Amino acid sequence: MKLELRGVTKRFGSLVANENINLVVEAGEIRSLLGENGAGKSTLMNVLYGLYQADGGQILLDGKVQNFKGPGDAMAAGIGMVHQHFMLIPVFTVAENVVLGNEPVNAIGAMDLDSARAKVREISDRFGFNVDPDALVQDLPVGVQQRVEIIKALSRNAKVLVLDEPTAVLTPQETDELMQIMRDLAKSGTSIIFITHKLREVQSVADKITVIRQGKVVGEASPKDTASKLASLMVGREVDLQVDKKKQSLGEVILSVNDVSVLDDRDQRAVDHISFEVRAGEVLAIAGVQGNGQTELAEALLGLRPTVKGSGAITLIGKTLGNLSVRKHLEAGIAYVPEDRKKDGLVSQFNIAENFMLNGSFGKPFAKGINIDFVERDRISERLIKDFDVRTPSAYTEAGKLSGGNQQKVVVARELSRDVRLLIAAQPTRGVDVGSIEFIHERIVAERDSGRAIILVSTELDEVLALADRIAVMYRGKIVGIVDSKTSRETLGKMMAGIAA
Amino acid sequence: MSQTNKLLKEILSASPLRIALSVLLGFAIGSVFMAVFNENVVLTYSSLFSDPGLTLATAWQTIVDGYGALFKGSIINLGADNPVSMFRPITETLRLSAPLIMAGLGVSLGFRVGLFNVGGTGQLIMGVLGATWISTRVELPWGLHMLLALVVAVIFAGATGGLVGFLKAKTGAHEVIVTIMMNYIALDLFTWFLRTPGLLLEKSGGGNPKSDPPALTAQLPRLLGEDFKLNIGIILALIAAVVYWWLMERSTIGYRFRMVGFNASAAKASGISVERTYVLAMAASAAFIGLAAANQGLGETSGLTSSIHASIGFDAITVALLGGSRARGVVIAGLVFGAFKAGSPTMQIAGISPEVLGIVQALIVLFVAAPPLIRAIFHLPKAEVK
Repeated sequence: MKLELRGVTKRFGSLVANENINLVVEAGEIRSLLGENGAGKSTLMNVLYGLYQADGGQILLDGKVQNFKGPGDAMAAGIGMVHQHFMLIPVFTVAENVVLGNEPVNAIGAMDLDSARAKVREISDRFGFNVDPDALVQDLPVGVQQRVEIIKALSRNAKVLVLDEPTAVLTPQETDELMQIMRDLAKSGTSIIFITHKLREVQSVADKITVIRQGKVVGEASPKDTASKLASLMVGREVDLQVDKKKQSLGEVILSVNDVSVLDDRDQRAVDHISFEVRAGEVLAIAGVQGNGQTELAEALLGLRPTVKGSGAITLIGKTLGNLSVRKHLEAGIAYVPEDRKKDGLVSQFNIAENFMLNGSFGKPFAKGINIDFVERDRISERLIKDFDVRTPSAYTEAGKLSGGNQQKVVVARELSRDVRLLIAAQPTRGVDVGSIEFIHERIVAERDSGRAIILVSTELDEVLALADRIAVMYRGKIVGIVDSKTSRETLGKMMAGIAA
Repeated sequence: MSQTNKLLKEILSASPLRIALSVLLGFAIGSVFMAVFNENVVLTYSSLFSDPGLTLATAWQTIVDGYGALFKGSIINLGADNPVSMFRPITETLRLSAPLIMAGLGVSLGFRVGLFNVGGTGQLIMGVLGATWISTRVELPWGLHMLLALVVAVIFAGATGGLVGFLKAKTGAHEVIVTIMMNYIALDLFTWFLRTPGLLLEKSGGGNPKSDPPALTAQLPRLLGEDFKLNIGIILALIAAVVYWWLMERSTIGYRFRMVGFNASAAKASGISVERTYVLAMAASAAFIGLAAANQGLGETSGLTSSIHASIGFDAITVALLGGSRARGVVIAGLVFGAFKAGSPTMQIAGISPEVLGIVQALIVLFVAAPPLIRAIFHLPKAEVK
């Protein structure tokens, strides 16, 4: 089916999220929508899917103007959407999930699960999905859950399939498989809109690329264009994707983790007998697909999460941290950039200056006795805002009003300005614009060069390869192996799936 | 829990405009109640269809009389023949505002840490118990006696609140449930003390649960001589407001309180013990209520009964909500509700049910606390709640 957007405009109050967007996707075409976080990609797709009403413009399918009142209309017209966060019910089977909201019934009004199963089998066989209709969704790996979402869309005869950041949760192998599925779907005539900010994926699968910046289409590109050209289109200026690193000069062991186990919120063993060391002057990356225990490990290193009793020890420069309080961990010399900055890194109702003193309220320089030293705090804030290039009207702006990149710079500025030996940076560039990514990467490398030890927890292989000196790959709570940074993507991909190198 | 927090955040972010509209609407609906059920107006209902003008005029007169009496009873009595009667209303407003402001500050402190302290009554009673023990069972020189009774009230109330915080921190018990139960415990404990000879029961009397009057050396000194009941409570309340402002806006303790209130998980990652903060905050919240307890227990010249709490613990919640949990707002809200208390006898004399004021008070807070409602009524845009 041919999809056409003509002059679509969507405003939220005074903010223009989409301005006069024109887009034509032919039947059987894979079109990439490339843009940074906040560029307006998701808004546009939500307009297409009927979740938002456009303030101007038209949506046409095969030349006919559509008027979607809600997702139901869009689905009926043949538009399917696979959201970044799956909309599946974990305790239902695949077949039950696929027909949810559209349940086939037999003569006496009972649910006809047989026809649901048949439908799942038919679609699964047609595209080689290999999905069992009777499996419970909660038992399936993430990659297969995503296929269930795709089957769900196809079972409603979707002719235009929107995939919103579909690879965020996948291993490199699963990503490759998804790419193949997309190609097969396109061959069978389905139009695909593929939303992403990962250049490599765009180059490998797209037929055409539309780049969106600040709510506007800023150009079309070909998948044959170089990564740096695509990046500059996306950002609007020249981008240097390479991070320059000095030759490594290794120092003493800063952190040593010896046979440590950690439980997750459901009391399952999320980190399973892990050991590693980090030395001064190196970046140790903890790589792996999301949800393999990295989060729990990082939290345990900061004392936010207890280690399992008798399971071993975490030692910082010869000092056993054990189950000391978080404050003791911080004072022992750890800086921490949490993976979810809104939840753990910032108080969004606090202004920037207040956020700079989050973990510094117990003494100098931010406090004089039990009074906040406002003069000193403002002086430090001005300096950090300047040094870390935080784009803000003033130090008194609420942190929640800043863009993701600037919020992250506030967190990074606070943590790096502390006098510490170890920096734990978890997903330091998640949801951050390319310009800020460059900046944050440079600062992390500068910290390494100045002799600090760095643990980088990242699910983005590009980031890991750009920054790491050594890479520890985690799978199901264990370290599959620790390899050097010259290891190939392929090998790392296999390790992320649990196959030791 | 997060639902409660979201609601609290929205309430605390109430704009002055919305609060002003809520007050206006509260008075407007209150006047409907005042008019519709008034005796004189009811008499005109028989001729409602033949002479609707009479009903309207009577209703209007009732409303004017009612709010006129409120003004006369709470601000200034212009018809009085001597200055003492003329100015007594405003001094009564100040006197009755003092405990509302003190306790309102306490509840506000809880709100800003994300805690809903509905245990004001219990904490106040425990404070009164402590203060009364000192004021009736201990002999000390003037000044020192009052000071000790005041400090003991603050400590007793603070400890009661701190216990709630401790239970929440250690066991995760919700503070609303714990404080409600503490209210019963405190109330019955106090009554038991009042009933028992040798504890707080008055030395000479009929055996009703009632204490001796506080010793003269322990009573709060009067501000304007014996003609006015106004005592130094209002000064203490204003000092408390300044202390509250300093604590919450200027000190690192308040900074950490607010941090935990906004985002406990970021506070935890910043090395702050959320559990300890809950204990400290509940104790601090209750300490302000303990000041109100001292005001109640030491502001009387006769013996106390268990009704001395005067439901200040609950009124404090409305004061905190209306005042937006800020020092200045709480002072203003306390004065408004203090005026209601001062004016209600005058309204009763004027033949208007003073209960209308209770309705107005509740309506105001209802509108402040139900943002979507007031937004819908006045077509206001949705406030941004991050």
